[in-house]
Amino acid sequence: MATHVAASSGGKSTGMASTDLKKNLILCSMTLPGLIWLILIRYLPMFGIIVSFKDFKLPSPRATNIISDIFSREWVGLDNFGQLFSSPTTWQFMKNTIVYNAIFIVLGLVLAVAFAILISELTTKFLAKTYQTLMFFPYFLSWVVVSYFVWAFLSPTAGLWRDGFVNSLGMSAWYNDAKPWPFILVIANLWKNTGYSCILYLAAITGIDTSQYEAARIDGANKWQQIWHITLPHLRTIIIILFIMNVGRIFNADFGLFYQVPRGGAGALTKATEVVDTYVYKMLKDTINIGVSTAVGFFQNIVGFVCIMVANTIVRKVDPDSAMF
Amino acid sequence: MEEKQKPSKNRLTSVSLGTEVIFHIIIAAFSLACIIPFIFVVIISFTSEDAIKANGYSFFPEAWSVKAYTTVFDLGKTLWMALGTSVFITVLGTILAMVVTLLYSYALFRRDFKYRNVFTFICFFTMIFGGGLAPTYIVCKNILGMHNNYWALFIPMLLNPFNVIIMRTFFQSSVPEALIESASIDGSGEYRTLVQIVIPVSLPGIATVSLLNMLAIWNEWFLAQLYIDDVEHVPLQYLLVKMQKTAEYMARNSGKPGAVTASMPTESLRMALCVIIVIPIAFAYPFFQRYIIAGLTVGAVKG
Repeated sequence: MATHVAASSGGKSTGMASTDLKKNLILCSMTLPGLIWLILIRYLPMFGIIVSFKDFKLPSPRATNIISDIFSREWVGLDNFGQLFSSPTTWQFMKNTIVYNAIFIVLGLVLAVAFAILISELTTKFLAKTYQTLMFFPYFLSWVVVSYFVWAFLSPTAGLWRDGFVNSLGMSAWYNDAKPWPFILVIANLWKNTGYSCILYLAAITGIDTSQYEAARIDGANKWQQIWHITLPHLRTIIIILFIMNVGRIFNADFGLFYQVPRGGAGALTKATEVVDTYVYKMLKDTINIGVSTAVGFFQNIVGFVCIMVANTIVRKVDPDSAMF
Repeated sequence: MEEKQKPSKNRLTSVSLGTEVIFHIIIAAFSLACIIPFIFVVIISFTSEDAIKANGYSFFPEAWSVKAYTTVFDLGKTLWMALGTSVFITVLGTILAMVVTLLYSYALFRRDFKYRNVFTFICFFTMIFGGGLAPTYIVCKNILGMHNNYWALFIPMLLNPFNVIIMRTFFQSSVPEALIESASIDGSGEYRTLVQIVIPVSLPGIATVSLLNMLAIWNEWFLAQLYIDDVEHVPLQYLLVKMQKTAEYMARNSGKPGAVTASMPTESLRMALCVIIVIPIAFAYPFFQRYIIAGLTVGAVKG
């Protein structure tokens, strides 16, 4: 690309070259607001990663400037990471993150594809549209609002499913017992996101050339055979891409789901509800050990980076056009 | 849409009526499950506090009441300030985010821009690597001064690489390059080309990204939780979080000396606030559905 531009501008007169220069400068000026934002909000914090190698619990009230404060702190090498990996809770929340995401990916995929196929087979188009509208709705709500929806059913004092139902399961109360939370979190996540992925798959299905179905019917294929041999193969690419991209983010949890829905995750629930992102937050704001919080975040970002690079390499093999880079 | 509906009717001839009825039941059950919790919360917000105390939440309450809503409006300054904050940051944040996103995406869209690859990398690299929460928090709060002010609530959301992808893809599919070339031959500057030629033909894309920004800022509560400690800059979403925390705190300390039970936000009051937050989304929903589906399809497949 760059060589092409250089070659074409080199071949033209100097007057052309100067308008080229002007054009590029103007285009650069257009990126300026975004560039400043990216540098300040995205790139500057990357240098903050050094905090994870320092003994830095919280900013000193006496320091006038946070940067000199950080530099004046003692280097502790990998101590913050050591503290992290020596704690048994660490493995728990890392395992939670990966297991929950794996479940979300697999169940989310199966449900969304199944619903998309079912909807595409409906003859009453008005109802099909209505279903889509209803299904997509939860996607637009914040986890704060969703946590109130969950509370309406599970509240220990007034919830629709308080006492009786809970007692029959042998639990004290929803918000005091870790046992039901894996199910609650999975259901909440599927409830909120299935409609959205379903609509993505549906868009892919409606894009399939219908003459293929007609040809299959003439050849005597029944509906199930058509789904198996035409619809699913057409969805293959988008399924693989979305699947791999999600796997690339398997170490990043949806903070709102795990923080808001269990209502701050009181002590009893952490075994089931703690994930990397909530731990990073609690280390930053509740326990207040910025060094450890940064270390966990850094570790998470490295794992995430590797996962995404691997995922992208695979996507490029499957379908080069859909690779991110 | 009509073109797509007709052929699918054709291929449906091979699904039996019985099967389709089962399909309807499955999909309808899930669709209803998606909306029922909201309806339930609306019902709770209109239930009288006594009925809640006696029977708990119910789909068929014994006594109805609008008291929760009158109490919400009695919150007076707290509520209006939160509403004002939410509306203000949503409007200003969306406008600024659109300016930043449009300019950046347009530069990345121009194939003849010499540094296109560099700026593409600078933007999209942030999607796969970052400093993490704690360093970002320190930079925003201690270096950029985002603490107890409106900036903290939308500045961190001004540029989303995902939206840049969507915007750029919309440009690519709706603006022919010949149009830009002819504009530049006619002596139109880049800014003029963007405003007078590119923007008018990519309005659906702009609507999509604006709505995505609007929704993201309106639904944002985490930034407030990070950067806002005072009462003047609390947006609605975070007011809801704070009320829940107050209620939990009160519940835990009730009966202990010094507990202030009088100001404890009641259950139906919080549900009413919840409904007030969802209402604007529900009203904008037809637009959201129309434009966001288009944008998400583009973004998810290319992203």
